[in-house]
Amino acid sequence: MAEERRSKLSNTLLPTESMKAIAESIGVSQMQEETCQVLSEEVSYRIKEILQDSLKFMHHGKRRKLMTSDIDYALKLKNVEPLYGFHAQEFIPFRFASGGGRELYFYEEKEVDLSDIINTPLPRVPLDVSMKAHWLSIEGVQPAIPENPPPAPKEQQKAESTEPLKAVKPGQEEEGQLQGKDKKKLLEGSAMKLKPRSTHELSVEQQLYYKEITEACVGSCEAKRAEALQSIATDPGLYQMLPRFSTFISEGVRVNVVQNNLALLIYLMRMVKALMDNPTLYLEKYLHELIPAVVTCIVSRQLCLRPDVDNHWALRDFAARLMAQSCKTFSTTTNNIQSRITKTFTKSWLDEKTQWTTRYGCIAGLAELGHDVIKTLIIPRLQVEGSRIKAVNEGPIIGNIDKIGADHVQSLLLKHCAPVIAKVRCPPDNQEQYRVEYGYLGPMLCTHVVKARAQAAMQAQQVNRTTLTITQPRPTLTLSQGAQSSRTPSIIKVPSSITLPMQTLVSARPSTPTQPSPPPTKFIVMSSSTGSTTTQQVITLSSAQSSVTSTSPVTSTVPSLQPLVKLEGGHTQGAGPLSGGGGASRTMQKYIVVSLPPAGDNKTLTPSLESNSATSVKLERDDSPATGNQSPQPSH
Amino acid sequence: MAAVQDGPIEPEPENEIKTEASNEFPGNPGDASGGVPPTAPVAAVATEKPAAAATDSTERQTLLAVLQFLKKSKLFESEEILRREAGLLNETGDSQGAAPGGAGLGGGGGAEPESGDASSVLSRVAGAVAVAQSANATPAPAKVAPVVTGGEDQPDVNVVLAAYSQQGDPVLYPVYYSGLKRFIDSVLDCHRAELSQVFYPLFVHMYLELVYNQYEKEAKAFFDKFHGDQECYYKDDLRILSGLTKSEHMKGNETLLDFRTSKFVLRISRDSYQLLKRHLQERQNNQIWNIIQEHLYIDIFDGMPRSKGQIDSMSGSLAGEAKREANKAKVFYGLLKEPEIEVPLDDEDEEAENEEGKPKKKKPKKDSTGSKSKKQDPNAPQQSRIPLPELKDSDKLDKIMNMKEATKRVRLGPESLPSICFYTFLNAYQGLTAVDFTDDSSLVAGGFADSTVRVWSVTPKKLRGVKTAGDLSLIDKDSDDVLERIMDEKTASESKNLYGHSGPVYGISFSPDRNYLLSCSEDATVRLWSLQTFTCLVGYKGHNYPVWDTQFSPYGYYFISGGHDRVARLWATDHYQPLRMFSGHLADVTCTRFHPNSNYVATGSADRTIRLWDVLNGNCVRIFTGHKGPIHCLAFSPNGKFLASGATDGRVLLWDIGHGLMIGELKGHTDTVYALKFSRDGEILASGSMDNTVRLWDTVKAFDDIETDDFTAATGHITLPENSQELLLGSYMTKSTPVIHLHFTRRNLLLGAGAYNP
Repeated sequence: MAEERRSKLSNTLLPTESMKAIAESIGVSQMQEETCQVLSEEVSYRIKEILQDSLKFMHHGKRRKLMTSDIDYALKLKNVEPLYGFHAQEFIPFRFASGGGRELYFYEEKEVDLSDIINTPLPRVPLDVSMKAHWLSIEGVQPAIPENPPPAPKEQQKAESTEPLKAVKPGQEEEGQLQGKDKKKLLEGSAMKLKPRSTHELSVEQQLYYKEITEACVGSCEAKRAEALQSIATDPGLYQMLPRFSTFISEGVRVNVVQNNLALLIYLMRMVKALMDNPTLYLEKYLHELIPAVVTCIVSRQLCLRPDVDNHWALRDFAARLMAQSCKTFSTTTNNIQSRITKTFTKSWLDEKTQWTTRYGCIAGLAELGHDVIKTLIIPRLQVEGSRIKAVNEGPIIGNIDKIGADHVQSLLLKHCAPVIAKVRCPPDNQEQYRVEYGYLGPMLCTHVVKARAQAAMQAQQVNRTTLTITQPRPTLTLSQGAQSSRTPSIIKVPSSITLPMQTLVSARPSTPTQPSPPPTKFIVMSSSTGSTTTQQVITLSSAQSSVTSTSPVTSTVPSLQPLVKLEGGHTQGAGPLSGGGGASRTMQKYIVVSLPPAGDNKTLTPSLESNSATSVKLERDDSPATGNQSPQPSH
Repeated sequence: MAAVQDGPIEPEPENEIKTEASNEFPGNPGDASGGVPPTAPVAAVATEKPAAAATDSTERQTLLAVLQFLKKSKLFESEEILRREAGLLNETGDSQGAAPGGAGLGGGGGAEPESGDASSVLSRVAGAVAVAQSANATPAPAKVAPVVTGGEDQPDVNVVLAAYSQQGDPVLYPVYYSGLKRFIDSVLDCHRAELSQVFYPLFVHMYLELVYNQYEKEAKAFFDKFHGDQECYYKDDLRILSGLTKSEHMKGNETLLDFRTSKFVLRISRDSYQLLKRHLQERQNNQIWNIIQEHLYIDIFDGMPRSKGQIDSMSGSLAGEAKREANKAKVFYGLLKEPEIEVPLDDEDEEAENEEGKPKKKKPKKDSTGSKSKKQDPNAPQQSRIPLPELKDSDKLDKIMNMKEATKRVRLGPESLPSICFYTFLNAYQGLTAVDFTDDSSLVAGGFADSTVRVWSVTPKKLRGVKTAGDLSLIDKDSDDVLERIMDEKTASESKNLYGHSGPVYGISFSPDRNYLLSCSEDATVRLWSLQTFTCLVGYKGHNYPVWDTQFSPYGYYFISGGHDRVARLWATDHYQPLRMFSGHLADVTCTRFHPNSNYVATGSADRTIRLWDVLNGNCVRIFTGHKGPIHCLAFSPNGKFLASGATDGRVLLWDIGHGLMIGELKGHTDTVYALKFSRDGEILASGSMDNTVRLWDTVKAFDDIETDDFTAATGHITLPENSQELLLGSYMTKSTPVIHLHFTRRNLLLGAGAYNP
């Protein structure tokens, strides 16, 4: 109350320069300073008056946000003609410019190519208003269903795990701030926090649920698994079961690594992914169990029974991505997860005796951590690694396994290093120079870098185009979501990662009767980010039998060059990295355009966007398939 | 309101209307400035009164002022005599009949019931004095100086403002103010809180005086220096003031006019008042003394000064606290006797008899006699106090259903909390602005900002409209199931849209028999829709500005609406003009609710007061102050004794209607409370808010805890227990869904509604 009292009410006025500028804009020049002064006072007062009235309309509209329509109604109240044409749905995208000692905010109006608009298919009609009933409370207890907010909010979980001291000894920090100003409050606070911490007893229903979920996650039925993972990723009531899940995963990995059961390891990793995707869970407290499990799946020497045939590489890639994601989410200055992980990877990578499999894992793990890591740790070692690969490729044939391993490491290095080098180095890309600098891998690297540059250039051109093609009004996006999740456009994230592991699984055990899979669906994830770069990726999900090794490179050609849709047949044998580009004549396709609303929404996706576009792209790709599965978007 | 129109748009006709109005109601000269839009069909108000006699208006005013003075000086007898002699008997009803609440009758429009007359007379006087016109002033008693003027008879805006044209050294204003501040800081603790009440109105008036006299710089300095001292709940008004820096602005500012036309009411104990008076007289501080005399109404009481907490809980409204007399009128808050329909056969006979041509008047009579034989609630109004529609057969069936359901009702209490079923409106991107459930919870209606109204059926029974005329003619009219046959199965659907409004729909209400739906909108109309044909039947035009809320009477037929024009109107569905206009609020009427016995109407307003109006005679019988923000919802307890109100300040206040007292404060919500509802037996109050929570409160405890002894009842000094946390039984968070409506089914299941707002 005291603070409120002190808050100053000041009578702000519009600057007289605005008056001048406005006068000039309607053809009145040479306004006197005095006139401007009087005008600005008058205008400021009137504007305030109108705003105060429009607040009434906001309150009665039961909103917290003042809308342009409220101002229109307030004007109407004063018998003033409302302003037409200001129905901005979202924010008003003012741009800022300065120069010549003047600062200017202006509304940017882009030139629009009409033909583009005409050729764009019409956006779907927004869904009609509908009503949905759920139990907010049953005899005083709020059921933990997706329609209700999570019982323990994520912030609270985070606070409990990151600042345990605060929870245990309440008031220590506050005491400093309060200085005994409000002792009563302090006492109350301590009484509140003494309540028992989360109990770990599960109700019968929860036990049943746990059993069902874990069985489905590692069972043989893919449809059930998808459902279970979906449940883990979205259900808000899992907080209580988190310790059980984490133990399940950690024990599961321990056992299955020994038994080289690749399929189960993949399932477990997908569980980890689903847990991390759940917006209501904060995993910090369980990282000590989850991280070792994940790291095992990245660097273990052997993950499958037949290392020459099975695609354990995909698992390593996937786990590496998980690792990177958890580093980004949970690494703090106190737990130092990222630096510890980096050290671990580097150490075993530097070891001469490390096998190719582990080597691959280490590099993948490091590469996923971001451009900086690649620049400082991987690129300097390219030469060494190149010679090692050369030794395998050109030296005496030791074994098939080593050869495959070396191949994979090579493509991995090329994939990750090329974009970084493209950024770091200045253009003329000279094969010889590359050879000198990076050794054996130099020439190949050079071609990759050239490609990467071309892509970047293409993207820059497409900025406008992307924004245009997406005319979906925002409502449509959130529709499929309904009231299920509180995160705004997060449908894109909700589902779990089905793509990669599923393919590898199928390839590993071709005899498994696959579930009738939906026809191959394509997703174009478009996001216009705040900055100048606009990413646009083509995501392929071919769920049918495609052969080993092929699919991951396809999807990894990101950010893609193709402006629109890349087509790929559902049953064709693995397409090469770019082979899909011209395949417009192939069998029936589905594609779905998912637009990510611009600006702030990007942040909700993953924090990784800023630092490493490649990673984020892949994360999105992992996410998107299930969007298609659940969203009612029409396909064609 | 007058101010709004006072702009460049046709000021001339307006003036004409004003004069007209004042000629018609000489008793209420404050009318035009008091907030009634002058263009309103004033004639409608006159239902009670015969059109005013053509007495010369000035003369009458003189008389009135004298009467006022006599009354003030407690010379009741002479007042009575004079009244009789002057033949002003109908005004008796005005200023005395409703005791203090007098002038409110028939929508007279005096802002404060009593000061409606006095203040406007006064301000004119003040204006006249300032302009140095001759005025025959009578010696004034301590606080008010009702004076008679011979001059102009219309308190024009300019005149009202002219009261400020006083001379005084602007430089001395801060000195005066801080001098008073120093004095009040130095008095005994027990008086300090009371005297501190003077600060805010004084501050505002001094500031306005400075602005009016065009000392802009001084005004700004004065404001900057002292606005921080004011109570934080006046922040909104201060913000408006801060923008007002020129005397030209003052003309059109509503808030300012409110301040000017209505006296700020303070309640101060005699001791404290004497202290203040002595101080000001000693110091010869005429500036402040003038303001206190002219712009404040100080309600002096004998006894202990009130504490800071007591004062804080009651203050906060735009025009200070309610006067004590304002809440003294008797309110029949009891429930009407339910017609006996336990033996349906009997009743049907009776009904048949009635239909056969007995005069309609007979029925209520019968009822009232019948109920007297039973034990009648002494607080209940006469059954026939206001004419109520007769029960139809279908109503009786519904009542029987209701009783059956009631036997299955869950008894609620702290131990058994209700289950809450929440209806989330998805994809409501246009904005959901109002929701209502039918009493039997079978239908839901939603009003949207895109002007549409939608009705849903929440039972498996779909919504069916009546067939078209052509199809209807084919129906066999003698068949037993003719009522079934007229319904159109083909177009049956789960929801129906009603189009007709041309602005956001802010209020919505089902009729008790589920045949009609009311909606009110920004387009200044109230519409009545048929739920048989799903078409609009009537558009009630009367409000000239957005209508914020409307509600059907619990007995149907009547309905109430309130809007931005500061007037609440009572309508009957078969009249296109309002039956009553309740005017007196100083700002928008934001919510309107019928008392369960349909004899009273409660209105909440943006002036942060709640008023209770008598439907019979249009009097304002209760004024409740204590909210610190615009009131957005009201709820009567099922037994009619209590009222709950929620406001933008996030607090829920409980009121005892009989005693006219605040009896509880429920703190917990962090944003505007938009929904309030008592459980069917009244044990639990549910509140829903913009902060996405539904909270349940233990009202049994809240009502038990208060002990209304005679002293409290007499003085109106209440001490609120700080027990919000104990009373809070549960708090349920929704997922980004503001709760805008709550409803208890007949079995005490709580239904909530709101739009998902990602």
